[in-house]
Amino acid sequence: MRREAPQKLSDYGPLLFPAGMLIVFFVIPFATMIAVSFFKRDPAGFYSTAFVFDNYARFLSLFFGKVLGFSLFLAITVAICCVVIAVPFTYLLSRARRRTQVVWLVALLSVLSLSEVIIGFAWSTLFSRTAGITNLLVAIGLMGEPVALNPSFGAVLTAMVYQALPYTVLVLYPALVRLDPTLTEAARTLGASPVKSFFTVVVPALRNTIVATLIMVFIFALGSYLLPQILGRPQHWTLSVLITDQAIYQSNMPFAAAMAVFLVLVTLGLVALTLIAGRKGEAA
Amino acid sequence: MSGLALENVTKEFGSFTAVKNVDLTVPHGTFVCLLGPSGCGKTTLMRMIAGLDLPTGGAIKLDGTDITRVPTHKRELGMVFQSLALFPHLSVGENIAYSLRIRGTGKEDQKKRVDELLSMIHLPGYADRPVSKLSGGQRQRVAIARALAISPKLFLLDEPLSALDAKLREAMQVELRQLQQRLGITTIVVTHDQREAMTMADTVVVMNGGEIRQAAAPVEIYRRPADTFVADFIGMTNLIDFTTDSAGRVTVLGTAVEGLAAPGGLARGVLSVRPEDVHLTAPGPGAIAARVTFIRDLGGTIETFVEAGDKQIVAVSMPNARPDVHVGQEVGIRLSPEACVVLKS
Repeated sequence: MRREAPQKLSDYGPLLFPAGMLIVFFVIPFATMIAVSFFKRDPAGFYSTAFVFDNYARFLSLFFGKVLGFSLFLAITVAICCVVIAVPFTYLLSRARRRTQVVWLVALLSVLSLSEVIIGFAWSTLFSRTAGITNLLVAIGLMGEPVALNPSFGAVLTAMVYQALPYTVLVLYPALVRLDPTLTEAARTLGASPVKSFFTVVVPALRNTIVATLIMVFIFALGSYLLPQILGRPQHWTLSVLITDQAIYQSNMPFAAAMAVFLVLVTLGLVALTLIAGRKGEAA
Repeated sequence: MSGLALENVTKEFGSFTAVKNVDLTVPHGTFVCLLGPSGCGKTTLMRMIAGLDLPTGGAIKLDGTDITRVPTHKRELGMVFQSLALFPHLSVGENIAYSLRIRGTGKEDQKKRVDELLSMIHLPGYADRPVSKLSGGQRQRVAIARALAISPKLFLLDEPLSALDAKLREAMQVELRQLQQRLGITTIVVTHDQREAMTMADTVVVMNGGEIRQAAAPVEIYRRPADTFVADFIGMTNLIDFTTDSAGRVTVLGTAVEGLAAPGGLARGVLSVRPEDVHLTAPGPGAIAARVTFIRDLGGTIETFVEAGDKQIVAVSMPNARPDVHVGQEVGIRLSPEACVVLKS
């Protein structure tokens, strides 16, 4: 349906409420944070108004560079794992019977209702030596004795994928349901096996959806700060962990704000790069 | 045996039987139309031939080999879907070359075959266009070319022309038939449009309720329908109940039809008379008494509706034989025995 562009000022009326909410709850806090990132820390109190680049300068070190690199690497790995698992799963789900679909979707929604803390402690129990899944493997004779699987990178990755997977499936689900089922049937009549038709028709036809989902999971994973602390070693801590540490435990608000601003900029840059690459791929 | 053979094919969905004990032979190189109202099982039958649905009973044989359980992608067929199912992420040329790419054909050979097919469907030079930029008729042709790329043994089309407007549809019917004759490919089309079936098919298979009611040449189906369903479904017809009198003559609406005897001593049944075989004359002995109720003059043909007893009968005539009648006039109907088809009721 084609609609006329707004003519009068009053035509913009419906935008007022969301615009107001965005200003009060996003623009003002974010602007405050940018301002604070240039303030000077006052070790005796909180911070004092100033305009210095100290916080950003302190950030430009090998240590924080490594943390930033690891944070991005972790978020990208989580995003790729989630999409690789969720696309085939959601495709099969969308082709299943109605009842099966409802059961799965309810189960996924119930995972969403779990808080990050619960997920973290549940996995740390599952990965522990005393009560973990390795005890099961010992019981069925696959392992000699139980071992602790955390803290480790694998434990952090598993829990974060577990946490992000329901979002991934729910974002992919509508697109896969809308995908014309005769497309894969056509591919099969043209000589493609079911697996081949999945990779030559379903995945390319959903390219834009998959890219959008990757970006969404990436940003979601970037903000995770509890799971790396619960399940990882200090070298597995993300920038979000350090920001929390600086803001809450070191009371260094200006430095925390500077790191947060920097993280937002890097994230926006990466998303823009992905979109540009996607557009180029489409034109080719 | 060369060609496709369906033996006692049945498909049940739970307690519902979509296709019931279908036997059909399609000799190599023939054009068959599966025709019937929606829900008659024609699409299910085609999907079983394609391998997209598995029959619950019976066997499907191609050139003597049982292919009932052979998966779709190994059947070497070409199929055009009602939605066309062109791949939106591929260009025209890539769509057509899809089956070749899947089979690992070289890039050069792919390009050659695509160019060949594009000129066959009168769209040369369209290879690099996105499918979203094509008109309905062009998409139709691309879907046909894509299905024919590997020179399949079987060419299946599921309501292929239903999305086109009436004029384009008629033109495509002729084109499709000529293409099939040129390639000599065994073709099966599912349609609910009897005009389409009559235009294209060597054999029309009329289906209803999951069963084949009649499978014969188009003219045969029209002139000699096997039962009242076929007579009523194909073209316009007048179905008139009859009884047999003591002398064995067929009697309709109280008047005996001269020279028409019911076969096998049928005591009662239905007479199918095509509107163009209904001749209006002056009322008199030997003619069925009727009264004109409505005249629809379409220019090309004139339909005269008359009422005999409580039965409405339609007569169709050409403008050069325009009946000289007006609404309300008493007329007589004479039926010639060769124009009547005697059917069981």
